Formats: sequence, C-alpha cells, structure tokens
Amino acid sequence: MNNDNEHKEGQEKISKEKSLNTSINYRQVFDDISSKYTSRRRITNKVVSIVAIVFVIGAIIPLGSILLEVIKNGIAVISIQFLTQPPGSIGSGSGGIGPAIQGTLITVGLASLIGAPIGILSGIYLSEYAPAGSAKGGRERAISFFANTIRLFNDVLTGLPSIVIGIVGYVTIVLAINSFSVWAGAFALSIIMIPIISRVTEETLKLVPNSLREAGYSLGISKSKITLFIVLKNAKDGVLTGVILAISRIAGETAPLIMTILGTSLFFTSLTGPVDALPLRIWRLASQPYESAHAFGWGAALVLILMILILSASLRIIARGRGIKVRTETI
Amino acid sequence: MTSGSVHINTDIKEKVSSFLVGDRKRRKIGDKLFHGLVIGTAAYTLLIIVIVVVSVGLGSAKIFSYEGFIGFVTGTNWNAVEGRESYGALPYIIGTLMSSGIALLIGVPMSIGIAFFLSEMAPSRLSSPLSFVIELLAAVPSIIYGLWALFVFRFLIKDWIETPLYNTLGPYIPFFNQAPFGLDVFTAGIVLAIMIIPIVSSISRDVMRAVPNTQREAAYSLGATRWETARIAVFPYGKSGLLGASILGFGRAVGETMLVTLIIGNAIGPAAIPTTLFSQSQTLSSLIANEFNEASSDLQLSALIGLGAVLLLLTMIINVVARLMVSKMVKVSPGDRE
Repeated sequence: MNNDNEHKEGQEKISKEKSLNTSINYRQVFDDISSKYTSRRRITNKVVSIVAIVFVIGAIIPLGSILLEVIKNGIAVISIQFLTQPPGSIGSGSGGIGPAIQGTLITVGLASLIGAPIGILSGIYLSEYAPAGSAKGGRERAISFFANTIRLFNDVLTGLPSIVIGIVGYVTIVLAINSFSVWAGAFALSIIMIPIISRVTEETLKLVPNSLREAGYSLGISKSKITLFIVLKNAKDGVLTGVILAISRIAGETAPLIMTILGTSLFFTSLTGPVDALPLRIWRLASQPYESAHAFGWGAALVLILMILILSASLRIIARGRGIKVRTETI
Repeated sequence: MTSGSVHINTDIKEKVSSFLVGDRKRRKIGDKLFHGLVIGTAAYTLLIIVIVVVSVGLGSAKIFSYEGFIGFVTGTNWNAVEGRESYGALPYIIGTLMSSGIALLIGVPMSIGIAFFLSEMAPSRLSSPLSFVIELLAAVPSIIYGLWALFVFRFLIKDWIETPLYNTLGPYIPFFNQAPFGLDVFTAGIVLAIMIIPIVSSISRDVMRAVPNTQREAAYSLGATRWETARIAVFPYGKSGLLGASILGFGRAVGETMLVTLIIGNAIGPAAIPTTLFSQSQTLSSLIANEFNEASSDLQLSALIGLGAVLLLLTMIINVVARLMVSKMVKVSPGDRE
C-alpha cells in the first residue's frame, strides 16, 4: 500500500513537471484512468473474495442441515426395540431395523475379507515389485507396462458407476446360483474396495525409506519377508487408513445391493440367501407413503451416518497424527 | 533378570533369525510363491474389468438383438406389455446429461470458489478445520442426501427458487414454463451439485496448493490483487488439474443413483424427456434401480442391463475425454503436475 502511494506521488511529480511544457496534460489523464482502474480492480478483488466466502458458507449449510435433520428426526425413533427388532408390517409403525444393521455388518464384513487382502497385495505388487520409473530391458519394460495397465484399470474401476457393479454381481453370482445372496453383495462391494485399498497401499509403501529395505537385504532376509515384516509393518497405519476409507465408502452404497442382496425383513439365515442392509432399508422406508415409515427412515439414517462418520473421523485422526496424506480422488 | 530368561531370549532370537533368513532353497521358493501371489492379485484387477465388460455385454445381448444398438439408444418408448414390448434409452440419456449438466454448472464454479478460499485466502488455522468439514460432507452416503432432499430440501427449493423463477420467467421463456412441483430435473441437479462439491473442491484445493509460490510472487510483484494473482498465475498453471477435477465430478453425477431415484420424479417413456427446467424426468441409473426388482420378463431385465451398458459407455467416454483433454493441456504447459 505504502509503495503504491509513493509510486503515485512520484508519478504526480513527473506529470506536474511535464505539464509545464505541454498544453494537454497526458500524464494527468493517464493517472486518472489508471487510478480509476485500480479502484475497479480493488472492488473486483473484494467482490470475488466475498463470493468465495459465500460459496464456502453455501457448502456448509447443507451439511449442517443434513446432520441436524438426521439427528432431530432420528433420535425420536431410536430405542432398543428399534435397533434389534425386525420390521413390522408395512405402515404399522412397529418393529425396527435389526436385520438391516446385522445385514450391513455381515455384507460389509465379508466384502472387507475379500477386498482388503487383494487390495493390499496388489498395492504391494505395484509398489515393491513393479516400481514406476525408467525401464531399460525388455523384461522390465513388460513389467512396467503391466503395472501401468493395472494402475489405469484401477482408475477405471474407481470411476465405474456403482449400479453397473451391481449388475455385474447380479449376472455373475445371482444368476449362477439362482438366488439373491450375501455372496453377490459382498463380491460387488469388494470390487469397489479393491482399487481404493490398492492405491492407498501403493502410495504409503512408497513412503517407506529405502534404507529399511537395504538393512533387511544386508542381513540376508528374503524379499518377501522384508516386504511383509519390515516394509508393510512400517506402513501399517497408512494401509489401515486405506482399508477404513474403503469400508466407509461401501457401507453407504445402496445401488449395487438392490440387485445382489435384494433386502428382506428377516434376520440373516445363510450366505446364499438374501439379507437386509441399512441403505436399502432407508430407501424402502422413504419410498413408502406412511409417516411412520419416514420416521423409521430417519432413524436408520442416523444409525448409518453415525457408523460412517465415526469411521471416517477416526480415519482422519489416524492419518493426521501419523502425517499420512489421503488422496482425495480415492474417496 | 535370571539366567533362565536370558537363555529363552537368545532362543527366541535364534528362532526369529532362522525364520527370517532361513535356508537358501526354502527362501527362494517362498520368494517365488509370494511374488506369484502378488502378481496374481494385481492381475485380478484385469480380470474384474473383463468380468464387468462380459457380464454387462451378456446381460444386455437380448435387448440389443431385439431393438438393435442404434434403435435402443435412439428409441423413446418404454413398454413392458407382452406383445407390444418396446424399449428405448434416449429419454434417460437426456435426463442423465441434463441433471448432471445442471450439477456441473452450479457445482464447479462453487467448488473452485471454495478451493480459492481454502488455498489463497484462509489462514491455515481456518482452512484446515474447514477442509475437514468439507471432506466430512464427502463421507455422507448418497442415500442420506436423497432422504434429506426428498423430505426437507425439495420444499425449500420449490418455494424459494422454483416458484419465483416460474412466476417471473415462466410466461416469457418456455424453458421455465411449468408449474414446479419440487421433484424434477432441476432439484436433482442442485442436490447432485451439493454432492459433488466436496470432491471437486478438495481436489481443486490440492491442485492450487501444488502451484509453486514463485508463480504467485511474480504476480504480486507486478502489483496484481489476490484475485488477479489467482487468475493470471494460479488457474493457468493448474488448469489441467482443475479440469480433471470437474470432469471427475461430472462422472460422479452421471453415475449417481439413489439420490436421483428419490427426487427426479421418475417419469417413463417420452414423458421423461425434460422439456422444461421443472420437468419430471428419469436417469439411466434411476430407472435401473426403480425397475430391476419388478422386471416382469427377461427382455425387460435385459433392457435394464442395456441401460447399464449405455451408462458404462457414457462414463468411459467421459473418462477418456477427460484424460485426452488433461494430457493435451499438459503438453501445452510443461511443468504441470497432474
């Protein structure tokens, strides 16, 4: 600001001197115009800043409203009976969401059992066995081509609409065993998990300093054991972050479950039969034309959002505490 | 410490070291096995892609042989009555593009404004809790956005935005000339915008933070204001990343199912083509979700999977275009990170 003023004063001096010799004061005209533009520029800057702040507030208001409504309407129906009972007959306003909670835990648990090991191992491959970088020989070039293809396909998988993944679960498993089943749901959800976990694992393993691997080699330890007991052990917080991220992502997925686990009002019976899930139950309740069903929908939403927010808040606390950077693209 | 425990300790140490180092032959076999295992799991990704393409292709084969690919994509009827069956995806393609387009028009400028605030204006004491809040917004499942939109937001938007727009512009511009109901393509677009803002704004923020400070200093030294600095130094440097973030958001909006299913009005057939901003419509994914469990014939099921195939193609085209545009821009301005 000070510099600006000094500069202007200097310019004014020069223009005054020049004005003695010329009939039209060009300098003065120029200064007038430029100060006009400067004030306009300042105003533009102010306006843009205010608009940006309004946008931030505009993004936070919906979050506040969603949380407020879910808590306000959800707490009203939550009780032990609501959390443990199967749903009553449609429109009766009795019963609960017990099977949905149980079904979500079973389906998400099974999906994690399938998806987490595959995702972690494939991340290990990409980081430890096929490092990105300059490839010299034919064999190395082939490896790096293979690895890059996998990275590309991981990105493609992350971008697939979840309903398409549901169709895959339906065609491959539901049609094959001729029944909507937990297996189909878990398989579909694991497809969503794997690219997320693989990517986070690859990126955290790359952060492990090479000196640790070299120390292992110098002791004569084999590569597989270095990878598992030194590299992976050092990066376990980051890998855990990836797994939690993937779980919190799939716990709220609804679309793939419609065509795989179907949803039912009964408790779990077998892995080859249909089961309920919280997001599915919320959808069915919201679609019914009864006030009592809507109230139950809010209750189920509160349970689901609590599960996910606790997961994702703990994830961010772990990540922040250990200085792990979670790539936002994978969320 | 007694001598016994020391003995045990050395025993354990020996066991651990013999486990880690082992004898040479077994070490080699173990290494090979592990190498094979990780290659196998990595290749599983390729297998999944093949499974996706094959199963969507197989599932939709029936409808494509019945209607023909062009016929299916350009048809507007959706009739499951036996003997008069006719399926076309065009209204839902339009509905998808229109609702996602509205989401993009509203969501991207807001996201870039938020990213501008977080990376250029806010002190770190404010920007890191704010980022946390906005990332939490990304963790809320879409079904909950849908529930909120259906029972809360739709009345607000109907009373405060749609009705005034209809009253003022409706008589003159046909695009606004339909009495708003709250469950329409406009509401769906706005809620989709709210849903994609967290992801687009946090990537944009990361992109803008990755712009080196020397760029900003150069602009400031020329006397540029904060906004001018962003415009001449930050945005051009990170434009490919910002574009990538926007297209990613568009892809999210195109594929979103549950939220749209609850609030777009679920029109069927030619009626689903949105002729005004406040028309009821339907997207590819919402029709699949609505009818999948009630499909009365194999042909209808196949038609629904055909919609999935169209959706798959659409998202793949969006991704490829995004990649091409981003790589083109990287060539124009070397030094870009993304």
